[in-house]
Amino acid sequence: MVKFMARRFLNYLILVIVATSLGYLLAAVSLNPRSNFEGRNPAPPKSSVDAKLDALNLNDETPVLTRFKTWAGGVVHGDFGKSIDNQPVSSEMWRRMGVSLRLLLVGSVLGGFFGIALGTISAIKQYSAVDYGATLGSFVLLAIPVFLLAVLLKVAALNINKWAGTPIFYYTGEFTPGLQGSWWDHTWDRFQHFILPTLSLVLGQIAFYGLYQRNAMLDVLGSDFIRTAQAKGLRRRTAIIRHGLRLALIPMATFFAYEFGLLLTGATFTEKIFGWHGMGEWFIDSVTKNDVNAVATVTMFAAVLVLVAGMMADLAVAILDPRVRSS
Amino acid sequence: MTGLITTSTDGQTSVPAPVLEIADLRVSFPSEAGTVEAVRGLSYAVSAGEVLGIVGESGSGKSVSALAIMGLLPDRARVEGSIRFGGRELAGLGDKALTDIRGSGIAMVFQDPLSALTPVYTVGSQIAEAIRAHHTDTSRAAAADRAVDLLKLVGIPNPAVRAKSFPHEFSGGMRQRVMIAMAIANDPDVILADEPTTALDVTIQAQILEVFHTAQEATGAAIVMITHDLGVVAGFADRVMVMYAGRAVETGTVEDAFYRSRMPYTLGLLGALPRPDLETREPLTPVEGNPPSLVGLPPGCPFAPRCPLKIDVCETVEPPLAPTAVPGHQTACHRSGFLEDGDLKAGDVFPVPAALPPALAGVPREQRPVVLEVTDLVRTYPLTTGSIFRRTIGEVRAVDGISFDVREGETLGLVGESGCGKTTTINEIMSLATPSAGTIKVLGQETGSLDRKQRRKIRRQLGLVFQDPNASLDPRLPIGDILGEGMKAYGVPVAERRSRVSELLTLVGLGPEHVNRYPAEFSGGQRQRIGIARALSLEPRLVVLDEPVSALDVSIRAGVVNLLEDLRARLGLSYVFVAHDLSVVRHIADRVAVMYLGRIVELGTVADVFDAPAHPYTQALLSAVPVPDPRQERARKRILLEGDLPSPSEVPTGCRFRSRCPLYATLLEDHQARCRDDDPVLTPQGPDHTAACHWPEARTVF
Repeated sequence: MVKFMARRFLNYLILVIVATSLGYLLAAVSLNPRSNFEGRNPAPPKSSVDAKLDALNLNDETPVLTRFKTWAGGVVHGDFGKSIDNQPVSSEMWRRMGVSLRLLLVGSVLGGFFGIALGTISAIKQYSAVDYGATLGSFVLLAIPVFLLAVLLKVAALNINKWAGTPIFYYTGEFTPGLQGSWWDHTWDRFQHFILPTLSLVLGQIAFYGLYQRNAMLDVLGSDFIRTAQAKGLRRRTAIIRHGLRLALIPMATFFAYEFGLLLTGATFTEKIFGWHGMGEWFIDSVTKNDVNAVATVTMFAAVLVLVAGMMADLAVAILDPRVRSS
Repeated sequence: MTGLITTSTDGQTSVPAPVLEIADLRVSFPSEAGTVEAVRGLSYAVSAGEVLGIVGESGSGKSVSALAIMGLLPDRARVEGSIRFGGRELAGLGDKALTDIRGSGIAMVFQDPLSALTPVYTVGSQIAEAIRAHHTDTSRAAAADRAVDLLKLVGIPNPAVRAKSFPHEFSGGMRQRVMIAMAIANDPDVILADEPTTALDVTIQAQILEVFHTAQEATGAAIVMITHDLGVVAGFADRVMVMYAGRAVETGTVEDAFYRSRMPYTLGLLGALPRPDLETREPLTPVEGNPPSLVGLPPGCPFAPRCPLKIDVCETVEPPLAPTAVPGHQTACHRSGFLEDGDLKAGDVFPVPAALPPALAGVPREQRPVVLEVTDLVRTYPLTTGSIFRRTIGEVRAVDGISFDVREGETLGLVGESGCGKTTTINEIMSLATPSAGTIKVLGQETGSLDRKQRRKIRRQLGLVFQDPNASLDPRLPIGDILGEGMKAYGVPVAERRSRVSELLTLVGLGPEHVNRYPAEFSGGQRQRIGIARALSLEPRLVVLDEPVSALDVSIRAGVVNLLEDLRARLGLSYVFVAHDLSVVRHIADRVAVMYLGRIVELGTVADVFDAPAHPYTQALLSAVPVPDPRQERARKRILLEGDLPSPSEVPTGCRFRSRCPLYATLLEDHQARCRDDDPVLTPQGPDHTAACHWPEARTVF
């Protein structure tokens, strides 16, 4: 088992290295940091621009592979280079990572849990009002892009706040700057800020997992072993939960893990719209600022998320399915 | 559950009250075509310790009626009638009330042990779950201990360890043992067994039937054995009920049904069955036609369209199940009196088709040309490990040095348990590639030496018929295209192709008017006929048949077997016939090769191998074949093999059958040493009969 996981880890590590390298190289050849400095008025002399770019390891006159070697050498020692504003990328990264992970973790866990619950109920009560409602709702949610959903949520929150006469939901930032009060006030304030962006992520996730889980569950419901479980004296519901759900969860574990890794893309809009300064927002901003090192770092973050998620998926599948464990 | 009023040990003096009594059971399903009446008024009763065999072909309603008793049919099924268990009415009970009876009063064993166990729980825990479902006060540890006891009872070696294994770590036979252990965990009064041995090899089937005997001794339960195999019923059941189109058409003691059958359908089934124990060269008596659709059944006897004895009343009035002259023997037939008076047998009722003499019947074997010659054929597969960097850690010898030849106009049967290398052998022949070792000569040409053009030329001399006619015909192509495809590939002109397709359809008993229909419009038997026609489209000289009739129902099977014999005689074909049904092989083959773990252990004429098998494996294999004759079947003593076929990657030293050999166990130590150290080779046992055993001793097993 340990050997199996170690082997999987190695696989993912290779994937991370390849993804990050390609990310860096793509950013380095397509972004043009020189324009940031040349565009100033009066135009600075070329030598001073070169000196600045060299200091940041962004000079397009240095061969790209040499620049990559310098950057990669730093990464190995935990140094992700300097941002275009001459700030260390790593400190920015750690701060923003916390913001993103708060959103992503809670969004994925809640989305996964409620999605699986909804899908399971839909499948057991196939062709009932609950099933039709859940399926229709899921399709509607999946059809709405995240940015539209976020805006709709914002509008709804605005109306609720107006109706309540007092702000219940906040939709900008992670907390109210300069808020005075007890620990409880701060937590409550953060929570009020937290609801809407999380909801914008969770709703889509519930729809996504719900539909998959419904299918996975329906596949399992007709199985002979559910019939066997009933034949030995288990109630239908018990047989389904105990013998069916676990099997239906096996494919879901993989979905769940990779969705978590890829949720970063969806979170970009959420972060932007709700003013959360996370990785997604950073990525967009860095691209517009021609910030090669930051873009490469975000790419690496996404790749590492996939690595962690993939490891978790493998572990979950191995726990759920003994057939995988033995081979 | 103690619903029994009396359980008398001698059934002769006082009739024990039935534990399970079904009266006028009707099950229907809504479908797009209309209401499917799957069970149409079924009544029967079983008493404790009794075995009732329910025989019928697919769609006869035998499994549906069992599931109706358990209340396990899907919600859309409509169930009517009475199901009384221990005096209590089960029909109409809800899931909760039925839950108390399922598993504890009535237990069920399903057909496919591969899918009937939950793959993610250990077998021990699944049995313990059954115990705790009905005895909530039993502790987990006590239930686990009892599960181990039960596994021991059903013959799982090393039960304490095996209880912690998962279903995928068991073979099919072992899984079916687990299913039986689970069924008897709560000491049920009735065990419903739905085709429990159909998916298993014949040697394993014999073991499992033994386990059922053990289970019955331990529980005293009534067993309802649902099967399509009359041979299983002959030896195992006390009473038998034959079902057709959702109803019982004949019921009585096994002897009544087999020796004094008074219903043409039962006679037809018996006549359609090849006998493993008799040398008969006459064609089987097929029952023409197909079972009726259960949607909108016309009035009258549902068997009437296929019945040679039908009279006018058969088409208007459906006969009820009525007593015959023998008490307890009932038939649903207007003509049972007629059958009674003449004591007619299958051959008297059904027309026996005339057999053509084989094309080369007069020519002795040695003088006929060799069509296929296989010499020391070896096929190995690498055993690999690692996911990124694959490396070979060994090899599996799926076929390990086999030699045989097939001469013109003859049929070689290739038999053995699953995993013995039969399929690998025919794949090697069909691929026309260079084997891992050894040679294959098709029509005198060595396959290893062929270039592309020659290989293509040889290829059209080979035909192949697959096991499953549903899977082997492209559902999107009309029959004409399916049959013409091979000719098209060889550049046969369109006009010629068309006439040949018509000719082929007529040849296999279909009509040229079928040319534009799709496979879905044909029944299973007809589809297999199409498969045969396709194999013959390029006029091959050798046809390889991979289990060609095992997916077909008994009454249909006989017609296809007759067709194959007829075609061989008419076209002078040679067959390699792979099958696990030894009765069919005895009927159709001239010579037979028995395979075990990649080797041929016995090879000879059918008469020699079946009547005087010399190798202990052949003896055990044939001994496991049930004979559809109750008296004979009961008098037989089976040679039961221990355990399963070993994995081809762990072949025992010396004689590879040693680990399961019943003879080896009885040998003296110095004789055993020879089996351990020397790998036996095929040695002559007669003019055309060889066996690979150090201590061969011919014996009769039927």
